[in-house]
Amino acid sequence: MAKLTIDDLKKIKEKVHKEMSLRDGDRRVKVTVHMGTCGIASGAKEVMDTLLEEIEAAKVHDVVVTTSGCMGLCSREPLVTVEVVNQEPIKYEYVNPNKMRQIFKRHVLAGEVQTPFVLAKGAEIVK
Amino acid sequence: MLTLAQHILDIAENSIRAGATLIEISIEEDNDQDLLSIEIHDNGHGMPPEMIKKVLDPFYTTKTVRRVGLGLPLLKDAADRADGVFVLDSTENQGTKVRATFVLSHLDRQPLGAINSILIILIISNSSVDFFYKHRHNDRRFELDTREIRKEIDDVPINHPEIIKYIRGVIAEGLIDIGSEAETPLNDRGGSK
Repeated sequence: MAKLTIDDLKKIKEKVHKEMSLRDGDRRVKVTVHMGTCGIASGAKEVMDTLLEEIEAAKVHDVVVTTSGCMGLCSREPLVTVEVVNQEPIKYEYVNPNKMRQIFKRHVLAGEVQTPFVLAKGAEIVK
Repeated sequence: MLTLAQHILDIAENSIRAGATLIEISIEEDNDQDLLSIEIHDNGHGMPPEMIKKVLDPFYTTKTVRRVGLGLPLLKDAADRADGVFVLDSTENQGTKVRATFVLSHLDRQPLGAINSILIILIISNSSVDFFYKHRHNDRRFELDTREIRKEIDDVPINHPEIIKYIRGVIAEGLIDIGSEAETPLNDRGGSK
């Protein structure tokens, strides 16, 4: 395989520029993987890896991924929050790669909340 | 925490919560000295001296949502178990430096793990923070600086899927080039999957 160089990066930039002008980069969904010590120790990294793979495979550009710290429910980690624009956030508990795939395909892409995995609806209040 | 990569991700999350805009992560694998060292250096808001004394207590945390704080104690424990040392250095308003060393060949030394994947997670989720990654294996070196990448891509966001794919490839090639023990998608050592 040929080595990746700065020139490759420039080509990617040109390509992305062309594509960006064709669509508006609106963010439709924000997915937060809770990545505190407790989350990482219970598998949040693998959940995040799966999420990134799924996003790449689905070729969607309106999903933002971010991480957050612990919210105090360490025993229910890994936790994932899915926030569809103009809807209340949904928090999923005990997420693993398989559940993450289902949540991505059914909730993020199709809009169906996966009730069996849900911990709570709404935002946490951080004091 | 089963791998050192997970510790690094955890400590870097601390840095981000401390408002860091640049996080330097250095790893050194030295076979001659039988030494593995990891250093995470940020420019966040740092800690006052009285806090530094407390952070290694598992029952000390700055958060109010729970009463334990295990990130740093777990890394210190991992270093202790592998006959290494743990050094924490922090200056208020300047930043924090965490350094952990391990005896490379120690039976209880945790594997490096999926360094590539934790760097990608950090870059994607914190697109406004810069990361400078340095990795030395004996006399071979690999470096990745997101500031350099940003210079080339102008207004394209660094967490754009195409850019991330590129960065993922560069890190994987770099780690293989220097012969690191870290897992990469190109030389999967059967770690996380």
